Amino acid sequence: MGSARAATWNKTGTWTGKRSVLIALLAGFMAVLRLAMPAMALPNYPELAGRITDNAHILNAQDRAAIEAELAALEKQSTDQIAIVTVPSLDGYTIEDYGIGLARKWQIGQKGKDNGILLIVAPTEKKVRIEVGRRLEPLMTDTMSKIIIQNAILTKFRRGDFSGGIADGVRDIKLVLLGDAEQVKERAKGGRTPNDDPTVFIHLAMWMFIIAFIIFWANFRSSRQLANMTPEQRKRLRRRGYSGPIIIPGGSSDWGGGWSSGGGGGGGWSGGGGDFGGGGASGDW
Amino acid sequence: MLHSFSLPRARIFAVLATVIGATLAAGCGVNNIPTYEQDAKAKWAEVLNQYKRRTDLIPNLVETVKGFAEQEKSVLTDVVEARAKATQTQVQIPADILTNPDAMKKFQEAQGQLTGALGRLMVVIEKYPDIKSGQNFLALQSALEGTENRISVSRRDYIESVRTYNTEITTIPGRWWRSFMYPASKEMATFDIPAEEQKTPKVDFNTKK
Repeated sequence: MGSARAATWNKTGTWTGKRSVLIALLAGFMAVLRLAMPAMALPNYPELAGRITDNAHILNAQDRAAIEAELAALEKQSTDQIAIVTVPSLDGYTIEDYGIGLARKWQIGQKGKDNGILLIVAPTEKKVRIEVGRRLEPLMTDTMSKIIIQNAILTKFRRGDFSGGIADGVRDIKLVLLGDAEQVKERAKGGRTPNDDPTVFIHLAMWMFIIAFIIFWANFRSSRQLANMTPEQRKRLRRRGYSGPIIIPGGSSDWGGGWSSGGGGGGGWSGGGGDFGGGGASGDW
Repeated sequence: MLHSFSLPRARIFAVLATVIGATLAAGCGVNNIPTYEQDAKAKWAEVLNQYKRRTDLIPNLVETVKGFAEQEKSVLTDVVEARAKATQTQVQIPADILTNPDAMKKFQEAQGQLTGALGRLMVVIEKYPDIKSGQNFLALQSALEGTENRISVSRRDYIESVRTYNTEITTIPGRWWRSFMYPASKEMATFDIPAEEQKTPKVDFNTKK
């Protein structure tokens, strides 16, 4: 009786069975190959150390705290993220190239809203740039960025007042971003929180379902077989090392890393996944 | 009775095998070629978009400069002509430009000419403080600078995307998938103009002191 069922299953099942094994093997092989991805050569970008990353050490603690508070207030109000970075060197790159690379690395701004702004100051090269996130470009236009750089930032930079220039720049950027109350409300609501990517959950759920199904099916089959066996057959099976259906110990397991989208998170603050397309303006003094 | 019980189970197994197979295959790159292809196409659309933006800015720029710099007519004419040519090639883009290096080259040459003409115009404007100090010109100049920067960013993104795609269809796992499932996919053309022409013109007024 049991053998008759097995034969029926074989007749219809072997083909798909063999094929799926082949596909699985090929897939596994390719997944291994996939790991060998080439790395890209990039300038030596600084690590994100919070809203203000002052690697050129041109800000004093007091101004820094004041500017940081301004930036935090802005993000609370409209979710727009502004990061300020001062670098001792641009590594020979133009500030435009350096800026877009760094902005994309840090991913300032919320994912899907692309509402980040990066203010880069390079005192050695005497260059400054405002890098504007993609969806802020219509608001913070290139011309507006240029005007802020020329009128607010550079006038003070030329006198050596870096703190004042950055503070004034932030003040003006905030004015522009918060200029249209309706738009601010629009940006503040909606939009996803930084680290949730729904596809991850869908994939995970699908895999769990498949695995659960396989385990269930295997258990079901072997317990049916076990039930159909005579006590003699069962004993023989035990001697061969068969210990009953598969049971997964512990319901939950730690899926480990790969979850957080590692933004460096200095001081608990990191970019939310905003994209940049090269908008903004530069200036020098 | 046995039959009626075992057949659905075999079917379940077949469905299961297909689902597992599809999921595994999706995880290992069977979808990579179309995914990368679509990505490269999107990046190309962005390149065109930014070039178009530049083309649209030029009439205003020319209008602003014209009144001030009568004697620099030849430079202005260069810009206007280069723009006309670039617009023409943009209109006549063949459908297969992405996989047709010749068409890509033509497109590049026209845009490169416009870049050059604009660069010369900007240098000429250096001599005219009247133009430089006008608010209207400041706005135009920053818009042009921003557009040039966006062009270079979008081009770099496109080049990178094409690199990924071309690598995928010419290296081993992707090559198998290509011959197995996507025989029609071709290598895409990228920008192959000299490095010095890839540099955007420096439109920086404060450097000259």
